Amino acid sequence: MKRSKRIETLDRRPVNLDGYIDEWPEMGFVAMKSPYDPRGSVKVQDGKIVELDGKGREDFDFIDQFIADYAIDIERAEESMAVPALDIARKIVDIHVPRKEILELVSGITPARMTEVLNHLNVVELMMGMQKMRARRKPGNQAHITNLKDDPVQIAADAAEGALRGFAEEETTMGVARYAPLSAMALLIGSQIGRPGVLTQCSAEEATELELGIRGLTTYAETLSVYGTEKVFIDGDDTPYSKAFLNSAYASRGLKVRFTSGSGSEVLMGHSEKKSMLYLECRCLYVTKGAGSQGIQTVSVSCIGVPGAVPGGIREVMSENLVAALLGLECASSNDQSFSNSDMRRTARTMLQFLPGTDFIFSGYAAEPNYDNMFAGSNFDAEDFDDYNVLQRDMQVDGGLKPVTEEEVIRVRNKAARAVQAVFRQLGLSPVTDEQVEAVTYAHGSKDTPGRDVTADLMAAEEVLKRGITGVDVVKALAETGFEDVAASVLSMLKQRVAGDYMQTAAILDKDFHVLSGVNTPNDYMGPGTGYRVEGERWEEIKRIPHRIDPLDL
Amino acid sequence: MQVNEELVRQITRAVMAQLRQQKAVPDTESSAKEIESMAGRERINPVKTDYSSYPRAKQGTDPKEVVIGVGAAFQREIKKTIGGIPLEDVLKNIKAGIEEEGMTARVVKVLDTSDVCFMALEAAKLSGSGIGIGIQSKGTTVIHQKDLYPLSNLELFPQAPLMNLEIYRQIGKNAAKYVKGEQVVPVPCANDPMSRPKYQVKAALMHIAETEQLSPELGMIEWEG
Repeated sequence: MKRSKRIETLDRRPVNLDGYIDEWPEMGFVAMKSPYDPRGSVKVQDGKIVELDGKGREDFDFIDQFIADYAIDIERAEESMAVPALDIARKIVDIHVPRKEILELVSGITPARMTEVLNHLNVVELMMGMQKMRARRKPGNQAHITNLKDDPVQIAADAAEGALRGFAEEETTMGVARYAPLSAMALLIGSQIGRPGVLTQCSAEEATELELGIRGLTTYAETLSVYGTEKVFIDGDDTPYSKAFLNSAYASRGLKVRFTSGSGSEVLMGHSEKKSMLYLECRCLYVTKGAGSQGIQTVSVSCIGVPGAVPGGIREVMSENLVAALLGLECASSNDQSFSNSDMRRTARTMLQFLPGTDFIFSGYAAEPNYDNMFAGSNFDAEDFDDYNVLQRDMQVDGGLKPVTEEEVIRVRNKAARAVQAVFRQLGLSPVTDEQVEAVTYAHGSKDTPGRDVTADLMAAEEVLKRGITGVDVVKALAETGFEDVAASVLSMLKQRVAGDYMQTAAILDKDFHVLSGVNTPNDYMGPGTGYRVEGERWEEIKRIPHRIDPLDL
Repeated sequence: MQVNEELVRQITRAVMAQLRQQKAVPDTESSAKEIESMAGRERINPVKTDYSSYPRAKQGTDPKEVVIGVGAAFQREIKKTIGGIPLEDVLKNIKAGIEEEGMTARVVKVLDTSDVCFMALEAAKLSGSGIGIGIQSKGTTVIHQKDLYPLSNLELFPQAPLMNLEIYRQIGKNAAKYVKGEQVVPVPCANDPMSRPKYQVKAALMHIAETEQLSPELGMIEWEG
């Protein structure tokens, strides 16, 4: 066949590098609705749920049982289930029905009914729902802080710059898992230099992650994964009960925790039980609620290639976000994984969370170039900072970031690198040279920095664990090396653990360590003239992008 | 005669196949082609391979041994990694890397899990040295040690599309160095943020093809003598 030049041109467009697949419900490749999804139903006997979504209690798997026992308000169940799904869907977008009323109504419905409700909403209605149902009044944003070399000095510098740019939380992970103690420590120090009060975490194997948290080297945790089918849970050597237990282990030490789940994981693991991604994700979110977690990182996360490949997949992704909010959970709405080769497609996907605002629009945004992103690439990266700032300004939307000056960026990066150098020296860990400090200060990514002595770093990382170094040791080292202000900030972060207020739903801290959560600053949106509005000082800040024309220069 | 959609599709397929043979239609991934619907099917490969006559994998005693645990579909239903590298060459290079460091390699097939961390851990537990390597048929690889947490590891290579034979050789060498108790510099990680949108669905399909070949009751079998 002679080829059409038009079609050949289209075939070469970036969007055609993405993977797409037709619906195949038997293997779970179906977004919102599978012919095998159950219909919502509930039966209560003697204060116990004896039937859930068409299944009798004797046929429950452990997820059903956990949900029936812990995630549904049994006293409300029959009453809530008597309300048709379409009516609930309409209430969600009705500005005259307050958030609180929806939360109460929804607390009695089952996962299958929740799926039915969401199937009535188109993407604009999903966004309207999110604008009203998000827990915290003001939206927020979270960064990924990582690099290909696992260089802790660069982690500190990028953390400082990210905090300066407005991220309320920062998360790191490693290419080489054993680097974790150094990564966590560098992130903690760097974040407080960019803006006091930023929360940090280190995504690692669960036991390591818990240990780092207990030692005060991190200030929250996020990587507690839950799944929508029993088999995938078992493959991960887990149950909803073990996750609940892990959750309370963090809580007992005063750490903020959220769970992680995402559609597509069951498909990738080959155990979708023929159900739609949305239904399975509803089960995950109910398990999260039942386990007592304040929040969830949801929307596919690292499995975004799966919903992204099927028809209606991105609508499904936004549906997951809204389900989290409907269950009263903090919603960190992902956008955290490279999703498309097409700039147009990846931006459009993010608009669904960016425009209504979520508790964390990204979870997170790569605050380094994507080649350095060790979560295998985020949907937006450091090279998109200005685009993102312009989007906020164009639409008068608060996406959680702000424009910065080059002078400020250099200043905080340099201070962070020097602070890590000083702390490592003070604690007798692997050395950081002046050349490294200089390179990292001015670097864009790890291609601009000299390599580290990996063997020495890994020995130092082991030392941190062996010697029982804690957040308090970091505070002391900072204070003894002339970084008293940073020491004071890190200490204030540790004090949060004792107060525990930041364990409330959707909590972040401002620069004076005041908690802003869904409890003390709840979302009060009820249509025009209400809720969070971009105005005053914040609007002025968003307006000041670089590269504005100065009329006097003409 | 009843003309239904399925019949039309079948005829179209037959005609297209013939046209393609005559080179009339280029075999490119062009726009909007007709794809056979998979809806209603429960498996990718209709047949499951029976491994019950294979010898069960034995507990190793040789302190120089590294056990390589390969996926259930390895070299059978799946012959190439997601990046197109023949699995035979993958195995050859890992073994060469191990042998270059003076250690010995043994290959087993893991039939009770397709999770690469657990595959690697099971291989490590079977290994006389306590060091094992797990490789899924799509190419994802983990180096594990018998006394680590399952989801922890010595080295993990999650981005299978970016692997090459040199990296597989390095993995073999590093595994052998862990056996010798040397200070090991991990094989540098490759990272391509755009591999997910391109490969994730393919990865899911390959994982399904692997998982449907599991025979948990057989545990692990000796795969190469």
